[in-house]
Amino acid sequence: MTTTKSKTVYTPAFTDGSEYRIPTFKLLKQDGSLYKGGKAPDIDQEKALRIYHAMVTTRILDERMLAAQRQGRLSFYMQSTGEEAAIVGSAAALDDADMIMAQYREQGALAYRGFTIDEFMNQLFGNELDYGKGRQMPVHYGSATLHYMTISSPLATQIPQATGYAYGQKMAGDGQCTVVYFGEGAASEGDFHAGLNMAAVHRVPAIFICRNNGYAISTPASEQFAADGIAPRAFGYKMDVIRVDGNDILAVYQATEAARKLAVEENRPVLIETMTYRLAAHSSSDDPSGYRSKEEEAVWREKDPILRMQHWLKNCGWWSDDEEKELQERLRREVLETMKRAQKRPPPPLDSLVSDVYDEVPPALQAQYEKLKAHIRKYPDEYPKSADHVIGGA
Amino acid sequence: MAKMNMLQAINNALDIAMAGNERVLCFGEDVGAFGGVFRATSNLQQKYGKDRCFNTPLVEQGIIGFANGLAAQGSFPVAEIQFADYIFPAFDQIVNEAAKFRYRSGDLFNVGGLTIRAPYGGGIAGGLYHSQSPEAYFAHTPGLKIVVPRNPHQAKGLLLGAINDPNPTLFFEPKRLYRASVGEVPDGEYQLPLGEAEVLKEGSDVTVLGWGAQMEVIGKAVDMAEKDGISCEVIDLRTILPWDADTVADSVLKTGRLVVTHEAPLTGGFAGEIAATIQERCFLYLESPIARVTGLDTPFPLVLEKEHFPNHLKVYEAIQDSVNF
Repeated sequence: MTTTKSKTVYTPAFTDGSEYRIPTFKLLKQDGSLYKGGKAPDIDQEKALRIYHAMVTTRILDERMLAAQRQGRLSFYMQSTGEEAAIVGSAAALDDADMIMAQYREQGALAYRGFTIDEFMNQLFGNELDYGKGRQMPVHYGSATLHYMTISSPLATQIPQATGYAYGQKMAGDGQCTVVYFGEGAASEGDFHAGLNMAAVHRVPAIFICRNNGYAISTPASEQFAADGIAPRAFGYKMDVIRVDGNDILAVYQATEAARKLAVEENRPVLIETMTYRLAAHSSSDDPSGYRSKEEEAVWREKDPILRMQHWLKNCGWWSDDEEKELQERLRREVLETMKRAQKRPPPPLDSLVSDVYDEVPPALQAQYEKLKAHIRKYPDEYPKSADHVIGGA
Repeated sequence: MAKMNMLQAINNALDIAMAGNERVLCFGEDVGAFGGVFRATSNLQQKYGKDRCFNTPLVEQGIIGFANGLAAQGSFPVAEIQFADYIFPAFDQIVNEAAKFRYRSGDLFNVGGLTIRAPYGGGIAGGLYHSQSPEAYFAHTPGLKIVVPRNPHQAKGLLLGAINDPNPTLFFEPKRLYRASVGEVPDGEYQLPLGEAEVLKEGSDVTVLGWGAQMEVIGKAVDMAEKDGISCEVIDLRTILPWDADTVADSVLKTGRLVVTHEAPLTGGFAGEIAATIQERCFLYLESPIARVTGLDTPFPLVLEKEHFPNHLKVYEAIQDSVNF
């Protein structure tokens, strides 16, 4: 049975949908003033400073940890430079108990939720205090208490999972929603289609936030899709959609706040496309000079989302140069001190190799583990990370 | 002859294949102008144009589905999956489609021109999702060929063999050796045979078998064992599917002992298949149980990667245990 309610026509009329162009929602100009006709969302000074603090923390953490990677102190790192407003602005418009399922570049959302610099560092160095027990590469954070699902490297897998999680929230009637982040590249994966289609069919309280930052590693968005961005895909699912200037903290916040109302109060999933730019390399393993120009990057540096918010805060009388200087210095100091502390901590114990594969270690794996321990006892110098632990009797 | 690392040898093989046959195409995520995240496809787009070497959208199932279609049409797609860990969205296109195309159509259609390249393996601080060795999943799929080279010379000859083989072929590249493995590579076109193991060193006490990056590990372990007076026969399996049981069995009939090593977990790993076949063919000649030196039955870890890894010491211990059983 067909489910369309379309009119009948008698000549073969094609459409490519281009008669409807999705506009971009903006509120804040780069100088911190509002566009005419725009109204700032209801954010008080305390909340505004919480948002700003998270953005600056993220920027400084990213700068320092890339430098640490370059010095060989860290195996790998991924920066979110340039995308802080899209990430923090959306996280700030949620309830702190809403579930966040991120891709891997959303450290700003965690910083906003209150993940401490110590907690970031413990994961980055995979030490004994890392919640993930040193198993995953740096930046694969997770926090159950902060409702932030542990990151998985394979792209887009979190999108249909978010739909399922949100369906569970709807069934539980707990008034929470799930927010899922992904890049415009990941949106090419089959999981994107599965996740959004199921969300619309099953009417789940989920918000799909695409960080359209222009690049999937080296591949520009122009080679990723032929359409006008990601937003038009929502029509195919009959899903509410909005496109936002991703470097505009106020627009991102207001759009997400409104989306959350649709999701939670009406079980209408929403797609938000935030238009931004990945100012940094894809990761510490990548060098963008091989695929884009300094001139192109410079255009986007002029649109720095943190500076834009700083100008707005100053216009509100909520922030000063002295406070900025104090915050920057304090955070830099804290990052360095915390890094030293985290780097010195021992790695997770040897049994973290075999725990959590299942709820209990199966006998065959236990036997492999005993054999490994005997091997390490025989060659303790070859296994400096675990020899003390094994000889210590674990 | 020229000195090349493995990436250069792979790039050279692709260059030769594209120059020799205009129906050879290379594509995948970031493989176009950028030349791939490991640079295996460097300069191919510049040389052969955007129609023959290009970026695809970020969708592995799409890349392999597209490649299947191209191959069915008579082209020779060489599709890159950026990391073997990311091949699983394409599992259906590989296992249910590529592997069964010829069989289900009564040979009306086939995707024999298909080659899938993917870097595999650990030892690069890649954690769960940049370290896996998924060969055994695919080895359970009749219709596929699976090839793993150990050095630049092998990589070039086997990749050209894979591209020209009339069956869909998975070509897993040991990324730990991409730049670390350097050796002499012949300049022109040459192919190495698929389905044939290679005896790298003859010996009389124990056969040590592996493939890909494990051959380097085996080399170190064998050096240690030989200092103890143990004579090792070393075999590179090279092709996992269909695998050369004759060469391995002939060796074990002579040595009476077999140690097999791979990075993938023990249970369900390809060493199990080898052990079953060899005990069947060499039962009365075996002097000790066939030993498997593998990763643990866990996901691939990060910080404790060294502990998890089937390194030369573990292989050496297995050789010792096998000989002293």
